[in-house]
Amino acid sequence: MLEKLLILLFASNVLAQVCMPDAPEAYKVRLSIKTALGDQAYTWNDNELYLFRATLAFAMRNYLSGQLFDVSNILVCNETERVSFWFMVKSVTNPTTLIEKQHVENAIKESRHRINSAFLLTDQTLEFLGILPTLASPFVPATPPWLIAFGVVMGVVGAGIVYFLVAAVVQRKRKKTLDEEEEAKGATENEIAGENLDGIYNTSFSDDEKVTEM
Amino acid sequence: MKLKLPNPGLDRRIPSHADLERMETEEAGDRPKWDNKAQYLLTCVGFCVGLGNVWRFPYLCQSHGGGAFMIPFLILLVLEGIPLLYLEFAIGQRLRKGSVGVWRSINPYLTGVGIASLMVSFLVGMYYNTIMAWIMWYLFNSFQSPLPWSQCPLNANKTGLVDECARSSTVDYFWYRETLNTSTGIEDAGGLQWWMVCALVAAWTLLYVCTIRGIETTGKAVYITSTLPYLVLTIFLIRGLTLKGSVEGIKFLFTPDVNELMNPTTWLDAGAQVFYSFSLAFGGLISFSSYNSVHNNCEQDAVLISIINGCTSVYSATVIYSIIGFRATQNFDDCMSDNILKLMNAFNLPENNITDINYDQSLTLLNQTNPALVDSLNLETCDMKFFLSQGVEGTGLAFIVFTEAIIRMPISPMWAVLFFVMLFCLGLSTMFGNIEGVVVPLQDLNVLPKSWPKEVFCALTCLISFALGLIFALRSGNYWLALFDNYAGSIPLLVIGFCEMIAVIYIYGIDRFNKDIEFMIGHKPNIFWQIAWRVVSPLIMVFILIFYFVTQVSKSVTYLVWDTASETFPTLEKQPYPTFVYAIIFILAGIPSLSIPAFALYKFIQRRCCKHKDNYSDSVDSISAKVEMNGKA
Repeated sequence: MLEKLLILLFASNVLAQVCMPDAPEAYKVRLSIKTALGDQAYTWNDNELYLFRATLAFAMRNYLSGQLFDVSNILVCNETERVSFWFMVKSVTNPTTLIEKQHVENAIKESRHRINSAFLLTDQTLEFLGILPTLASPFVPATPPWLIAFGVVMGVVGAGIVYFLVAAVVQRKRKKTLDEEEEAKGATENEIAGENLDGIYNTSFSDDEKVTEM
Repeated sequence: MKLKLPNPGLDRRIPSHADLERMETEEAGDRPKWDNKAQYLLTCVGFCVGLGNVWRFPYLCQSHGGGAFMIPFLILLVLEGIPLLYLEFAIGQRLRKGSVGVWRSINPYLTGVGIASLMVSFLVGMYYNTIMAWIMWYLFNSFQSPLPWSQCPLNANKTGLVDECARSSTVDYFWYRETLNTSTGIEDAGGLQWWMVCALVAAWTLLYVCTIRGIETTGKAVYITSTLPYLVLTIFLIRGLTLKGSVEGIKFLFTPDVNELMNPTTWLDAGAQVFYSFSLAFGGLISFSSYNSVHNNCEQDAVLISIINGCTSVYSATVIYSIIGFRATQNFDDCMSDNILKLMNAFNLPENNITDINYDQSLTLLNQTNPALVDSLNLETCDMKFFLSQGVEGTGLAFIVFTEAIIRMPISPMWAVLFFVMLFCLGLSTMFGNIEGVVVPLQDLNVLPKSWPKEVFCALTCLISFALGLIFALRSGNYWLALFDNYAGSIPLLVIGFCEMIAVIYIYGIDRFNKDIEFMIGHKPNIFWQIAWRVVSPLIMVFILIFYFVTQVSKSVTYLVWDTASETFPTLEKQPYPTFVYAIIFILAGIPSLSIPAFALYKFIQRRCCKHKDNYSDSVDSISAKVEMNGKA
């Protein structure tokens, strides 16, 4: 156990100043600037890299409050045309040791949004390989909207059914009373359809005393 | 061919031409009438134009040689569809009864044909309205942004997306899990899904309120349900043509492959599509036609409706495939960018080094330099044809492919609402015909008291269909529906259609039929109709029936299941049906078809043993007796 610790210390001491890809404390970063910004993409150069190191130092300062990280604490290597590179973080208190992966990860997760904004990129276009972006939980409204729509439709349909059934019942009742009235009339008198039972007053047979007085 | 089977007593059972004239002028009776011609045409168009025009025809067209498919389709439309449609319109208008009444009038032994129509209308209505419930569910869920089928939910410990969703797609997950909550097989019934039951309640009550007074209410409803789909299709066409890749889809649809014409399945599918597309043999069209005035020109109507139906199929195919082309292009672009990104990341090349144009060259170059690395990337082959031919028929088209296309369009909720309203209207107007095909024969059969009003018949039909249709709200409901779709709505219809032709041409008599048509519209049907009715259409029906039967029986009876544990996931897995399903298949397909001879036999036995009663009942049933004994009839 003690030997392992010694070897580890020795190794990290030797390698502390040397940034190596695939090292246990190193992270790979990949930027897709042209995909994110299209025509307004800026070219990646050393100044941009300097900004990156500065933002990382900022993230580390935020996370490990008290320790004043500087640009020189951020080691970068293996830059490619893709715009990808590896970086490691040196400790402030002990310049020969590197900050462990977990701390670096936590620091980046905390300040992820600020790092992204500094480069006008997103979680997908500024990738830290190994650090998964926190998933935005899908928006779930309080009442499922479909229940509201369902309620509205059922209300309208229910009203319609009630209206039609009531109208049918009323119509049937009205027809029944009309039929009953007709039957009652028809039972007492001889009904001839279309003719007035009382007859038409035929003026030629009437007494015309009112009209002519001779 | 003056073959005519003996048919005694026909004149006593049907109204004569003089009776018809008198009924026309007196406007006697409580038989409903159309308010105007437009209502009648819209109702028939609505019945014929249904979901099949939108999600079955485009698939057939594309898979059977594109533009070349128009040839068998149009030929069979003219030789099979229009004559059958004309026949149903004419016989309905002449005998002025629903399907059971018409066949019983022609010959009491034929009542089975009407009963078969009733059964098929009932079974088809049951599962068709479940599709309506699914459409309503999607419609209710379209009133939110973002649409629920555009995102995967997070898993239990919020570290990632739900596994099933991540492996398939958001639209698949929403359809199979959140809508159907499907089980892994038809034997695994699962429980009732309460949200599905709600949707079914909504669908059936809405249908009930529209059909509550028969054509009085449906006649008003069709003004919207039959015209809105055309408006929405046009809106989608305009939107679709402005999207990238839509022309690819339309080209894919219509590119002719003349070799397909040599394939007999093409002609079989075209014939079957024409037949089912016209909603023949359901009995609904006969009913609708019987509410017309006697001198309505049914020849014109038949031709007009056939043309409208054919044109709608082609038009909707164009619209659907323009949207499918857009979706396929989007998927293809995504696939390519994925591959390009993988290559750029692996080889650390600067951005935009590999583009769509030089992808193939770059790939070969990189493969030469470092083949092992290229292999390890597992690049997917991006094939446009593959994306274009994905799941483009049936419910898959509407609920998976189209919904995926919609979420990629800006203002998705609006397009979703429009699309599902269109599907809803298409389906609802077809359901009107189905309900008509169940309620009117039920009234004609006199199994229930005649004093019960139409509202009660309708309510009973809707209630019983809903209760039995709860089987589709189970977790295995989707599999049951596919079963019903394949067997209840296929062979029995062909059998009934064939029997209808034989009944009218050879039992009723083609001469009498010609004279009737001359009486109704003023001229005898010309030589084309004669040949079509007597020879061509029955022959085509027989061919289709035999081929259909043979293909159904010979192929192994399998179905597709959604199983997360299967190797082919997310593609559906083919599974054989369990043995009890064969009994169900027999019930669905066999019982309606067998009811035709069964009822004839029953009537024969009834006649034989109750011969003296028979004469008495005949004389009371005749039309002239009914007309004279008016008053409270």
